[in-house]
Amino acid sequence: MDKIKFATVWLAGCSGCHMSFLDLDEFLIELAGLVDVVFSPIGTDLKDYPEGVDVCLVEGAIANEENLELALEIRRKTKTLISFGDCAVTANVPAMRNMMGNKTAAPVLERAYIELADEKPHLPNAPGIVPELLDRVLPVHEVIPIDIFMPGCPPSADRIRATLEPLLQGKTPEMVGREMIKFG
Amino acid sequence: MAVNTLTIDGKEIAIEAGKTILDAAKEAGVPIPTLCHMEGVHDVGACRLCIVEAEGTPKLLPACVTAATEGMVIHTQTEKLQNYRRMTVELIFAEGNHVCSICVANGNCELQDVAVDVGMDHSRFSYRFPDRGCDLSHSQFGIDHNRCIMCTRCVRVCDEVEGAHVWDVGSRGPDCFIVAGLDQPWGEVDACTSCGKCVDACPTGAIFHKGETTGEKEGDRGKMAFLTTAREKQEWTR
Ligand code: SF4
Ligand code: SF4
Ligand code: SF4
Ligand code: FES
Repeated sequence: MDKIKFATVWLAGCSGCHMSFLDLDEFLIELAGLVDVVFSPIGTDLKDYPEGVDVCLVEGAIANEENLELALEIRRKTKTLISFGDCAVTANVPAMRNMMGNKTAAPVLERAYIELADEKPHLPNAPGIVPELLDRVLPVHEVIPIDIFMPGCPPSADRIRATLEPLLQGKTPEMVGREMIKFG
Repeated sequence: MAVNTLTIDGKEIAIEAGKTILDAAKEAGVPIPTLCHMEGVHDVGACRLCIVEAEGTPKLLPACVTAATEGMVIHTQTEKLQNYRRMTVELIFAEGNHVCSICVANGNCELQDVAVDVGMDHSRFSYRFPDRGCDLSHSQFGIDHNRCIMCTRCVRVCDEVEGAHVWDVGSRGPDCFIVAGLDQPWGEVDACTSCGKCVDACPTGAIFHKGETTGEKEGDRGKMAFLTTAREKQEWTR
Protein backbone atom coordinates (compact mmCIF):
# COMPACT_ATOMS: atom_id res chain seq x y z
CA MET A 1 0.00 0.00 0.00
CA ASP A 2 1.16 3.52 -0.79
CA LYS A 3 2.01 5.71 2.14
CA ILE A 4 -0.76 8.06 3.31
CA LYS A 5 -0.33 11.52 1.82
CA PHE A 6 -0.49 13.83 4.82
CA ALA A 7 -0.73 17.62 4.95
CA THR A 8 -1.33 20.42 7.45
CA VAL A 9 -2.38 23.98 6.66
CA TRP A 10 -2.37 27.13 8.75
CA LEU A 11 -5.17 29.64 8.18
CA ALA A 12 -6.25 32.33 10.69
CA GLY A 13 -4.82 30.82 13.87
CA CYS A 14 -1.87 31.48 16.16
CA SER A 15 0.06 28.32 15.13
CA GLY A 16 -0.60 26.91 18.61
CA CYS A 17 -2.30 23.86 17.13
CA HIS A 18 0.79 23.17 15.05
CA MET A 19 2.94 23.61 18.17
CA SER A 20 0.74 21.08 19.93
CA PHE A 21 1.25 18.77 16.94
CA LEU A 22 5.00 19.02 17.58
CA ASP A 23 4.26 17.95 21.17
CA LEU A 24 3.54 14.50 19.74
CA ASP A 25 7.27 13.98 20.42
CA GLU A 26 8.43 10.45 19.61
CA PHE A 27 5.12 9.60 17.89
CA LEU A 28 6.28 12.03 15.19
CA ILE A 29 9.00 9.53 14.31
CA GLU A 30 6.46 6.73 14.04
CA LEU A 31 4.19 9.01 12.02
CA ALA A 32 7.01 9.96 9.67
CA GLY A 33 7.39 6.25 8.87
CA LEU A 34 3.70 5.87 8.01
CA VAL A 35 2.95 9.01 6.00
CA ASP A 36 4.40 11.18 3.28
CA VAL A 37 4.24 14.78 4.45
CA VAL A 38 3.29 16.50 1.20
CA PHE A 39 2.47 20.03 2.47
CA SER A 40 2.87 21.68 5.86
CA PRO A 41 4.20 24.96 7.29
CA ILE A 42 6.20 22.92 9.82
CA GLY A 43 7.04 19.88 7.69
CA THR A 44 7.85 21.01 4.15
CA ASP A 45 8.95 24.10 2.31
CA LEU A 46 6.47 23.69 -0.54
CA LYS A 47 4.34 26.64 -1.61
CA ASP A 48 1.69 24.82 -3.66
CA TYR A 49 -0.81 22.38 -2.23
CA PRO A 50 -0.52 19.12 -4.20
CA GLU A 51 -3.28 16.93 -5.71
CA GLY A 52 -4.47 13.69 -4.13
CA VAL A 53 -3.86 14.38 -0.42
CA ASP A 54 -5.36 11.73 1.89
CA VAL A 55 -5.51 13.51 5.26
CA CYS A 56 -5.10 17.19 6.09
CA LEU A 57 -5.20 19.02 9.43
CA VAL A 58 -6.64 22.52 8.99
CA GLU A 59 -5.65 25.01 11.68
CA GLY A 60 -7.33 28.41 11.88
CA ALA A 61 -10.50 30.21 10.88
CA ILE A 62 -11.35 31.83 7.55
CA ALA A 63 -10.51 35.51 8.04
CA ASN A 64 -9.15 36.81 4.74
CA GLU A 65 -9.22 36.14 1.00
CA GLU A 66 -6.11 34.00 1.09
CA ASN A 67 -7.61 31.74 3.78
CA LEU A 68 -10.75 31.39 1.67
CA GLU A 69 -8.86 30.52 -1.51
CA LEU A 70 -6.68 27.95 0.22
CA ALA A 71 -9.71 26.39 1.93
CA LEU A 72 -11.47 25.91 -1.40
CA GLU A 73 -8.29 24.48 -2.93
CA ILE A 74 -7.59 21.95 -0.14
CA ARG A 75 -11.18 20.75 -0.27
CA ARG A 76 -10.83 19.99 -3.99
CA LYS A 77 -7.56 18.14 -3.46
CA THR A 78 -8.08 16.25 -0.16
CA LYS A 79 -9.99 13.12 0.87
CA THR A 80 -10.27 13.67 4.64
CA LEU A 81 -10.23 17.19 6.03
CA ILE A 82 -9.93 17.66 9.79
CA SER A 83 -10.94 20.95 11.40
CA PHE A 84 -7.97 21.20 13.73
CA GLY A 85 -8.53 23.24 16.89
CA ASP A 86 -11.09 25.78 18.09
CA CYS A 87 -10.21 28.48 15.54
CA ALA A 88 -11.07 26.09 12.71
CA VAL A 89 -14.09 24.63 14.52
CA THR A 90 -15.70 27.74 16.09
CA ALA A 91 -13.65 30.65 14.62
CA ASN A 92 -12.63 31.30 18.26
CA VAL A 93 -10.39 34.30 19.07
CA PRO A 94 -9.91 35.50 15.46
CA ALA A 95 -13.70 35.89 15.23
CA MET A 96 -13.89 38.22 18.22
CA ARG A 97 -13.67 41.05 15.72
CA ASN A 98 -17.11 39.96 14.48
CA MET A 99 -18.53 41.34 17.73
CA MET A 100 -17.45 44.82 16.59
CA GLY A 101 -19.96 44.50 13.75
CA ASN A 102 -20.03 41.55 11.41
CA LYS A 103 -21.14 43.29 8.23
CA THR A 104 -17.68 44.65 7.31
CA ALA A 105 -14.09 44.48 8.56
CA ALA A 106 -13.86 48.29 8.68
CA PRO A 107 -14.36 48.69 12.47
CA VAL A 108 -11.47 46.38 13.40
CA LEU A 109 -9.13 47.96 10.84
CA GLU A 110 -10.01 51.45 12.02
CA ARG A 111 -9.50 50.45 15.64
CA ALA A 112 -6.09 48.90 14.97
CA TYR A 113 -4.63 51.25 12.38
CA ILE A 114 -6.29 54.61 13.07
CA GLU A 115 -7.50 54.86 16.68
CA LEU A 116 -4.55 53.02 18.22
CA ALA A 117 -1.87 54.33 15.86
CA ASP A 118 1.00 56.19 17.53
CA GLU A 119 1.95 58.11 14.44
CA LYS A 120 0.81 58.35 10.82
CA PRO A 121 -2.54 56.59 11.15
CA HIS A 122 -3.50 54.96 7.85
CA LEU A 123 -5.26 51.80 6.69
CA PRO A 124 -3.04 49.12 5.10
CA ASN A 125 -3.57 48.99 1.37
CA ALA A 126 -1.41 46.75 -0.82
CA PRO A 127 -3.62 45.00 -3.38
CA GLY A 128 -2.24 41.62 -4.43
CA ILE A 129 0.27 41.55 -1.55
CA VAL A 130 -1.68 41.87 1.70
CA PRO A 131 -4.84 39.73 1.47
CA GLU A 132 -8.05 41.66 2.09
CA LEU A 133 -9.97 40.80 5.26
CA LEU A 134 -13.36 39.15 4.75
CA ASP A 135 -16.37 40.97 6.18
CA ARG A 136 -16.61 38.40 8.97
CA VAL A 137 -14.46 35.57 10.27
CA LEU A 138 -15.97 32.12 9.74
CA PRO A 139 -15.39 28.60 11.05
CA VAL A 140 -13.93 26.44 8.26
CA HIS A 141 -17.05 24.25 7.92
CA GLU A 142 -19.14 27.28 6.97
CA VAL A 143 -17.02 27.56 3.83
CA ILE A 144 -16.22 23.95 2.87
CA PRO A 145 -17.51 20.54 4.04
CA ILE A 146 -15.40 19.10 6.86
CA ASP A 147 -15.03 15.39 7.62
CA ILE A 148 -13.78 15.38 11.22
CA PHE A 149 -13.92 18.03 13.95
CA MET A 150 -11.15 18.16 16.55
CA PRO A 151 -11.90 21.02 18.99
CA GLY A 152 -9.44 22.35 21.58
CA CYS A 153 -7.35 25.49 22.00
CA PRO A 154 -5.06 23.85 21.23
CA PRO A 155 -6.07 20.17 21.04
CA SER A 156 -3.64 18.26 23.26
CA ALA A 157 -1.02 16.01 21.70
CA ASP A 158 -2.97 13.03 23.11
CA ARG A 159 -6.13 14.18 21.36
CA ILE A 160 -4.26 14.68 18.09
CA ARG A 161 -2.73 11.23 18.35
CA ALA A 162 -6.07 9.60 19.22
CA THR A 163 -7.57 11.24 16.12
CA LEU A 164 -4.76 10.36 13.73
CA GLU A 165 -4.06 6.77 14.79
CA PRO A 166 -7.38 5.28 13.61
CA LEU A 167 -7.09 7.25 10.35
CA LEU A 168 -3.69 5.72 9.68
CA GLN A 169 -5.37 2.31 9.91
CA GLY A 170 -8.13 3.37 7.54
CA LYS A 171 -10.68 3.76 10.34
CA THR A 172 -12.74 6.77 11.44
CA PRO A 173 -11.84 8.16 14.87
CA GLU A 174 -14.62 8.43 17.45
CA MET A 175 -14.86 12.07 18.44
CA VAL A 176 -16.77 11.64 21.70
CA GLY A 177 -16.10 12.31 25.38
CA ARG A 178 -14.23 14.99 27.27
CA GLU A 179 -10.79 13.81 26.14
CA MET A 180 -11.75 14.26 22.48
CA ILE A 181 -14.20 17.17 22.13
CA LYS A 182 -14.06 19.59 25.06
CA PHE A 183 -13.71 23.13 23.70
CA GLY A 184 -11.08 25.52 25.02
CA MET B 1 -48.13 10.50 51.88
CA ALA B 2 -49.54 10.00 48.39
CA VAL B 3 -47.17 8.18 46.10
CA ASN B 4 -47.04 7.94 42.31
CA THR B 5 -45.49 5.05 40.44
CA LEU B 6 -43.94 5.56 37.03
CA THR B 7 -41.41 4.01 34.67
CA ILE B 8 -38.27 5.84 33.52
CA ASP B 9 -36.12 4.14 30.89
CA GLY B 10 -37.58 0.80 31.95
CA LYS B 11 -37.00 1.37 35.67
CA GLU B 12 -40.03 1.37 38.00
CA ILE B 13 -39.95 4.16 40.51
CA ALA B 14 -42.30 5.26 43.29
CA ILE B 15 -42.15 8.90 44.28
CA GLU B 16 -44.00 11.29 46.54
CA ALA B 17 -46.85 13.11 44.77
CA GLY B 18 -45.96 16.62 43.66
CA LYS B 19 -42.37 15.75 42.69
CA THR B 20 -41.14 16.34 39.15
CA ILE B 21 -40.00 13.86 36.51
CA LEU B 22 -36.47 15.14 37.14
CA ASP B 23 -36.77 14.31 40.86
CA ALA B 24 -38.04 10.85 39.96
CA ALA B 25 -35.21 10.28 37.49
CA LYS B 26 -32.67 11.26 40.15
CA GLU B 27 -34.32 8.84 42.55
CA ALA B 28 -34.11 6.11 39.89
CA GLY B 29 -30.47 6.93 39.14
CA VAL B 30 -31.23 7.96 35.55
CA PRO B 31 -29.12 10.97 34.51
CA ILE B 32 -30.92 13.77 32.60
CA PRO B 33 -28.81 16.73 31.42
CA THR B 34 -29.83 20.12 32.89
CA LEU B 35 -28.56 23.69 32.83
CA CYS B 36 -31.10 26.04 34.35
CA HIS B 37 -32.06 23.62 37.13
CA MET B 38 -30.27 24.17 40.42
CA GLU B 39 -30.92 22.48 43.75
CA GLY B 40 -32.03 25.06 46.29
CA VAL B 41 -34.09 27.36 44.06
CA HIS B 42 -37.37 26.83 42.20
CA ASP B 43 -37.39 25.62 38.59
CA VAL B 44 -38.37 27.74 35.60
CA GLY B 45 -37.80 25.48 32.58
CA ALA B 46 -35.60 27.97 30.75
CA CYS B 47 -32.99 25.86 28.98
CA ARG B 48 -35.02 22.92 27.64
CA LEU B 49 -32.11 20.53 28.02
CA CYS B 50 -34.03 18.24 30.35
CA ILE B 51 -36.75 17.38 27.81
CA VAL B 52 -38.06 13.80 27.95
CA GLU B 53 -40.66 11.79 26.03
CA ALA B 54 -43.77 10.42 27.74
CA GLU B 55 -45.69 7.62 26.02
CA GLY B 56 -49.11 8.76 24.86
CA THR B 57 -48.20 12.39 24.23
CA PRO B 58 -46.40 13.81 21.20
CA LYS B 59 -45.13 16.76 23.24
CA LEU B 60 -41.62 16.81 24.64
CA LEU B 61 -41.79 17.53 28.36
CA PRO B 62 -39.25 19.54 30.37
CA ALA B 63 -38.52 17.14 33.23
CA CYS B 64 -37.65 19.85 35.76
CA VAL B 65 -41.08 21.52 35.62
CA THR B 66 -43.36 18.56 34.79
CA ALA B 67 -45.02 16.69 37.66
CA ALA B 68 -44.42 12.96 37.80
CA THR B 69 -47.88 11.38 37.62
CA GLU B 70 -49.20 7.87 38.16
CA GLY B 71 -48.50 5.40 35.38
CA MET B 72 -46.25 7.66 33.25
CA VAL B 73 -43.86 5.83 30.93
CA ILE B 74 -40.87 8.12 30.37
CA HIS B 75 -37.98 7.82 27.95
CA THR B 76 -34.97 10.06 28.46
CA GLN B 77 -32.49 8.99 25.78
CA THR B 78 -34.37 8.41 22.52
CA GLU B 79 -32.67 9.40 19.28
CA LYS B 80 -35.12 12.27 18.88
CA LEU B 81 -34.26 13.65 22.32
CA GLN B 82 -30.54 13.31 21.79
CA ASN B 83 -30.90 15.12 18.51
CA TYR B 84 -32.91 17.99 20.02
CA ARG B 85 -30.60 18.30 23.01
CA ARG B 86 -27.57 18.63 20.77
CA MET B 87 -29.36 21.27 18.71
CA THR B 88 -30.31 23.14 21.89
CA VAL B 89 -26.71 23.23 23.06
CA GLU B 90 -25.47 24.31 19.63
CA LEU B 91 -28.04 27.12 19.62
CA ILE B 92 -26.89 28.29 23.04
CA PHE B 93 -23.31 28.49 21.77
CA ALA B 94 -24.38 30.21 18.55
CA GLU B 95 -26.54 32.74 20.40
CA GLY B 96 -23.89 34.34 22.63
CA ASN B 97 -20.15 34.85 22.31
CA HIS B 98 -18.35 31.87 23.81
CA VAL B 99 -14.59 31.90 23.47
CA CYS B 100 -13.70 29.07 25.86
CA SER B 101 -9.96 29.39 25.49
CA ILE B 102 -9.94 32.80 27.16
CA CYS B 103 -12.85 32.27 29.57
CA VAL B 104 -12.63 32.35 33.38
CA ALA B 105 -14.75 29.18 33.50
CA ASN B 106 -12.78 27.14 30.96
CA GLY B 107 -12.60 23.59 32.32
CA ASN B 108 -15.20 24.28 34.99
CA CYS B 109 -18.23 25.30 32.95
CA GLU B 110 -21.56 23.49 32.90
CA LEU B 111 -22.20 24.56 29.30
CA GLN B 112 -18.92 22.99 28.21
CA ASP B 113 -19.83 19.87 30.17
CA VAL B 114 -23.22 19.45 28.50
CA ALA B 115 -21.61 20.09 25.10
CA VAL B 116 -19.40 17.07 25.76
CA ASP B 117 -22.38 15.06 27.05
CA VAL B 118 -24.50 15.70 23.96
CA GLY B 119 -21.56 15.01 21.64
CA MET B 120 -21.24 18.51 20.20
CA ASP B 121 -17.96 18.62 18.24
CA HIS B 122 -19.05 21.70 16.27
CA SER B 123 -22.07 23.97 15.80
CA ARG B 124 -24.20 23.45 12.71
CA PHE B 125 -25.75 26.88 13.31
CA SER B 126 -23.95 30.09 12.35
CA TYR B 127 -22.73 32.10 15.30
CA ARG B 128 -24.62 35.37 15.77
CA PHE B 129 -21.77 37.40 17.30
CA PRO B 130 -24.17 39.73 19.12
CA ASP B 131 -22.90 43.04 20.47
CA ARG B 132 -23.07 42.57 24.24
CA GLY B 133 -21.15 44.22 27.03
CA CYS B 134 -19.52 43.63 30.39
CA ASP B 135 -20.32 45.35 33.69
CA LEU B 136 -17.30 45.68 35.95
CA SER B 137 -18.74 48.37 38.22
CA HIS B 138 -19.04 46.09 41.28
CA SER B 139 -16.00 46.20 43.56
CA GLN B 140 -15.60 42.42 43.82
CA PHE B 141 -17.46 40.82 40.91
CA GLY B 142 -18.06 41.25 37.20
CA ILE B 143 -20.67 40.12 34.68
CA ASP B 144 -19.77 39.40 31.05
CA HIS B 145 -23.03 39.21 29.10
CA ASN B 146 -21.26 37.52 26.18
CA ARG B 147 -21.17 34.27 28.16
CA CYS B 148 -24.66 34.51 29.67
CA ILE B 149 -27.05 31.73 28.67
CA MET B 150 -30.13 33.29 30.32
CA CYS B 151 -30.62 30.38 32.71
CA THR B 152 -31.70 32.93 35.37
CA ARG B 153 -29.99 31.00 38.15
CA CYS B 154 -28.46 34.28 39.38
CA VAL B 155 -31.89 35.93 39.39
CA ARG B 156 -33.42 33.13 41.44
CA VAL B 157 -30.57 32.65 43.89
CA CYS B 158 -30.34 36.35 44.68
CA ASP B 159 -34.10 36.55 45.17
CA GLU B 160 -34.85 33.25 46.87
CA VAL B 161 -31.74 32.46 48.86
CA GLU B 162 -30.12 35.83 49.55
CA GLY B 163 -33.40 37.77 49.54
CA ALA B 164 -31.79 40.75 47.81
CA HIS B 165 -33.41 40.52 44.34
CA VAL B 166 -30.69 42.42 42.54
CA TRP B 167 -31.16 40.68 39.18
CA ASP B 168 -33.96 40.63 36.64
CA VAL B 169 -34.43 39.85 32.97
CA GLY B 170 -34.65 42.82 30.60
CA SER B 171 -35.85 43.11 27.00
CA ARG B 172 -37.34 40.41 24.72
CA GLY B 173 -36.33 37.46 22.54
CA PRO B 174 -32.70 37.34 21.41
CA ASP B 175 -32.08 40.76 22.98
CA CYS B 176 -32.85 39.46 26.48
CA PHE B 177 -30.20 40.21 29.05
CA ILE B 178 -29.71 40.12 32.79
CA VAL B 179 -30.19 43.53 34.41
CA ALA B 180 -28.94 44.66 37.80
CA GLY B 181 -31.39 46.77 39.83
CA LEU B 182 -33.38 49.03 37.55
CA ASP B 183 -30.96 48.39 34.66
CA GLN B 184 -28.20 50.15 36.57
CA PRO B 185 -24.49 49.42 36.86
CA TRP B 186 -24.23 46.52 39.34
CA GLY B 187 -21.92 48.52 41.62
CA GLU B 188 -24.62 51.16 42.09
CA VAL B 189 -27.31 48.73 43.25
CA ASP B 190 -27.60 49.22 47.01
CA ALA B 191 -29.60 46.01 47.43
CA CYS B 192 -26.53 43.90 46.61
CA THR B 193 -24.97 42.51 49.79
CA SER B 194 -21.87 41.30 47.92
CA CYS B 195 -22.63 37.79 49.17
CA GLY B 196 -21.25 36.17 46.02
CA LYS B 197 -24.09 33.66 45.67
CA CYS B 198 -24.77 34.60 42.06
CA VAL B 199 -21.10 33.98 41.26
CA ASP B 200 -21.37 30.44 42.60
CA ALA B 201 -24.77 29.83 41.03
CA CYS B 202 -23.77 30.91 37.51
CA PRO B 203 -23.14 27.76 35.44
CA THR B 204 -20.85 29.57 33.01
CA GLY B 205 -18.17 32.22 33.13
CA ALA B 206 -20.73 35.06 32.88
CA ILE B 207 -20.52 36.12 36.55
CA PHE B 208 -17.08 35.88 38.11
CA HIS B 209 -14.82 37.20 40.85
CA LYS B 210 -12.71 40.10 39.69
CA GLY B 211 -9.09 39.12 39.26
CA GLU B 212 -9.90 35.61 38.05
CA THR B 213 -8.27 34.91 34.70
CA THR B 214 -8.57 32.05 32.19
CA GLY B 215 -9.80 28.85 33.78
CA GLU B 216 -9.59 30.24 37.32
CA LYS B 217 -13.27 30.38 38.25
CA GLU B 218 -14.32 27.48 40.39
CA GLY B 219 -17.99 27.97 41.26
CA ASP B 220 -19.32 26.28 44.38
CA ARG B 221 -22.40 24.72 42.81
CA GLY B 222 -23.51 22.73 45.83
CA LYS B 223 -23.65 25.81 48.05
CA MET B 224 -27.27 26.79 47.33
CA ALA B 225 -28.61 23.30 48.02
CA PHE B 226 -26.55 23.23 51.23
CA LEU B 227 -27.89 26.61 52.33
CA THR B 228 -31.52 25.73 51.72
CA THR B 229 -31.33 22.37 53.49
CA ALA B 230 -29.44 24.06 56.29
CA ARG B 231 -32.25 26.54 56.74
CA GLU B 232 -35.12 24.10 56.31
CA LYS B 233 -33.73 21.10 58.19
CA GLN B 234 -31.27 22.86 60.49
CA GLU B 235 -28.34 20.85 59.09
CA TRP B 236 -25.47 23.29 59.35
CA THR B 237 -22.55 21.10 58.29
CA ARG B 238 -21.64 19.50 54.98
S1 SF4 C 1 -18.97 30.24 29.61
FE1 SF4 C 1 -18.35 28.12 29.27
S2 SF4 C 1 -18.92 27.71 27.14
FE2 SF4 C 1 -18.92 29.94 27.40
S3 SF4 C 1 -16.84 30.61 26.84
FE3 SF4 C 1 -16.82 30.23 29.06
S4 SF4 C 1 -16.10 28.11 29.25
FE4 SF4 C 1 -16.77 28.38 27.14
S1 SF4 D 1 -23.64 39.22 45.25
FE1 SF4 D 1 -25.41 38.38 46.35
S2 SF4 D 1 -26.75 40.11 46.70
FE2 SF4 D 1 -25.27 40.75 45.13
S3 SF4 D 1 -26.26 40.28 43.21
FE3 SF4 D 1 -25.08 38.47 43.71
S4 SF4 D 1 -26.49 37.15 44.86
FE4 SF4 D 1 -27.39 39.18 44.79
S1 SF4 E 1 -25.39 35.47 34.40
FE1 SF4 E 1 -24.96 33.28 34.70
S2 SF4 E 1 -26.53 32.60 36.16
FE2 SF4 E 1 -27.23 34.56 35.35
S3 SF4 E 1 -28.57 34.02 33.64
FE3 SF4 E 1 -26.52 34.38 32.80
S4 SF4 E 1 -25.57 32.36 32.75
FE4 SF4 E 1 -27.34 32.19 34.09
S1 FES F 1 -33.19 22.02 33.38
FE1 FES F 1 -35.24 21.77 32.76
S2 FES F 1 -35.53 23.36 31.34
FE2 FES F 1 -33.50 23.73 32.09
